[in-house]
Amino acid sequence: MTEEKSEIVIELDSVEKSFGTQKVLDGVSLQVRAGTTTVIVGASGQGKSVILKHMLGLLTPDNGRVVVFGQDMAKVSKKQLSAIRSNFGVLFQNVALFDSMSVYDNVALPLRERTDGKETDIRNNVEEKLALMGLEDHGGKFPAQLSGGMKKRVGLARALVLNPKVVFFDEPTTGLDVSKSNEIYRLFFGTQARLNYTAVIVSHDVPKIFKLSDRVALMVDGKLQESMSPEKFQLSDNPLIRSFVLETMGPIYSSEVEESRLYETL
Amino acid sequence: MKIIAVIGGETLRFVELVGRFGIFLFTTLICALAPPYKLMPIVKQVRFIGAQSLFVIAFTGLFTGMVLSLQGYYTLTKFGSVGFLGAAVSLSLIRELGPVLGALMVVGRAGSAICAEVGIMRNSEQIDALECMAIDPYKFLLAPKLIAGLIAMPLLTCIFDVVGIFGGFLVGVELFDVSAGAYFQGMYSSVVWHDIEMGLIKSVVFGLLLVWICAAKGFFLHLERDGGFGAEGVSRVTTSAVVLASVSILVCDYLISAVLL
Ligand SMILES: Nc1ncnc2c1ncn2[C@@H]1O[C@H](COP(=O)(O)OP(=O)(O)O)[C@@H](O)[C@H]1O
Ligand SMILES: [Mg+2]
Repeated sequence: MTEEKSEIVIELDSVEKSFGTQKVLDGVSLQVRAGTTTVIVGASGQGKSVILKHMLGLLTPDNGRVVVFGQDMAKVSKKQLSAIRSNFGVLFQNVALFDSMSVYDNVALPLRERTDGKETDIRNNVEEKLALMGLEDHGGKFPAQLSGGMKKRVGLARALVLNPKVVFFDEPTTGLDVSKSNEIYRLFFGTQARLNYTAVIVSHDVPKIFKLSDRVALMVDGKLQESMSPEKFQLSDNPLIRSFVLETMGPIYSSEVEESRLYETL
Repeated sequence: MKIIAVIGGETLRFVELVGRFGIFLFTTLICALAPPYKLMPIVKQVRFIGAQSLFVIAFTGLFTGMVLSLQGYYTLTKFGSVGFLGAAVSLSLIRELGPVLGALMVVGRAGSAICAEVGIMRNSEQIDALECMAIDPYKFLLAPKLIAGLIAMPLLTCIFDVVGIFGGFLVGVELFDVSAGAYFQGMYSSVVWHDIEMGLIKSVVFGLLLVWICAAKGFFLHLERDGGFGAEGVSRVTTSAVVLASVSILVCDYLISAVLL
């Protein structure tokens, strides 16, 4: 992992954000480097989704700066913002599939709206992505007819269909059982190896695969604790990180055997 | 002191609302005019707003014409001038009732659906998802609806008028023995292009108004004062969109009539 040398794709610089009287982000700083996987963890309601929305330009900070691809998200024109976002793929917390469109049309939409490709090219691309997610037989279904895990996979297919440079995952495995969430992470690492994107993952617990990420940062009380490598994170003597690790990871790595078996399947 | 604060707050809110809706309309119109042009989304919306309202429009048109004829006959016999029945029915339909009742029916049928659809998309982050995919929701979602409203409403109004005049004919001629010739002669000699023009202008304005208000209400669901969250938020905002659109149509109807008369 040569992360220290790669360029900075996203930079948050003391970002502050309040909703009414509630201060959700209180000076959040973070750098995301190209090609790396950054995991932001923290209990529910700590403002992780809000951080993500700042990166996406859906929210603007009250104070501080959000810089993506070298451009300040608060100062770009609508056109530039759209150009920046055309490098993004997003898997929303509630997936946000277009519920009046079939699975196939959901995945095809970015291609239809953003490229001039012929319908046959689009078909090939969409079918490839659906097959990658193991959804080849479900293209004709509507989102309401899918299970939670399938929805997430459709969301992932939609996020990846234009080969984005940066992919954001908001709680990609929340609400899924263990085997389903392992499957999502397996798909994630599989596609990242192939498409080579930068990933920002937000999660309310430490994902089992967090050792495969490059940076982990903990969100507590509107502040992001310094991000560090997963090995250091697990052994950190920062009391906030320690208690979070103990609370959410305690039972997961109950045995070395179990842990190594998990990584084998990925 | 408190009362001044309340008045001030409400005024600010109102100004903000008007500004937001104004920018919404402006942006949507710009997006509608800017290339690339895609026909299919517009056709789909014309089908939804227009074709699928046909039955309701024809039905209301028929009964409006029939009741106009009924009431008109009753009144006109008092003055012994049932010969004006055709003129009375067709003028009321073309100048007023066609555009207004037609638009009110479309608000109820299509406007509410537009508001709920856009509102649910806002609520479930589908609009955020569109933006993050660098797909402009104004261009992709809203412009086709607005254009379709502008196309469908005049057509529906024409159908309303024609069916209404036929309904008047049924009651006047078939039921009350007004002569068919007198009914149509009265219509031909009294309806001039200006009347039809007025009806068409009204229908275009109402079409714009109803899509604009209903779509914007749904689109800005998250900015509603008492929180437009969840199913209840959508239902509340849809109700208020229907009321606001209907009232605006009636107010605009008066204004246009006063200006064009
Ligand atoms: N649009 C909003 N308006 C008001 N409050 C919000 C909004 N979005 C988030 N919040 C508040 O910000 C806090 C953090 O929310 P969120 O980022 O969704 O938490 P999480 O870390 O679970 O993703 C919550 O207390 C939430 O109520
Ligand atoms: Mg969240």
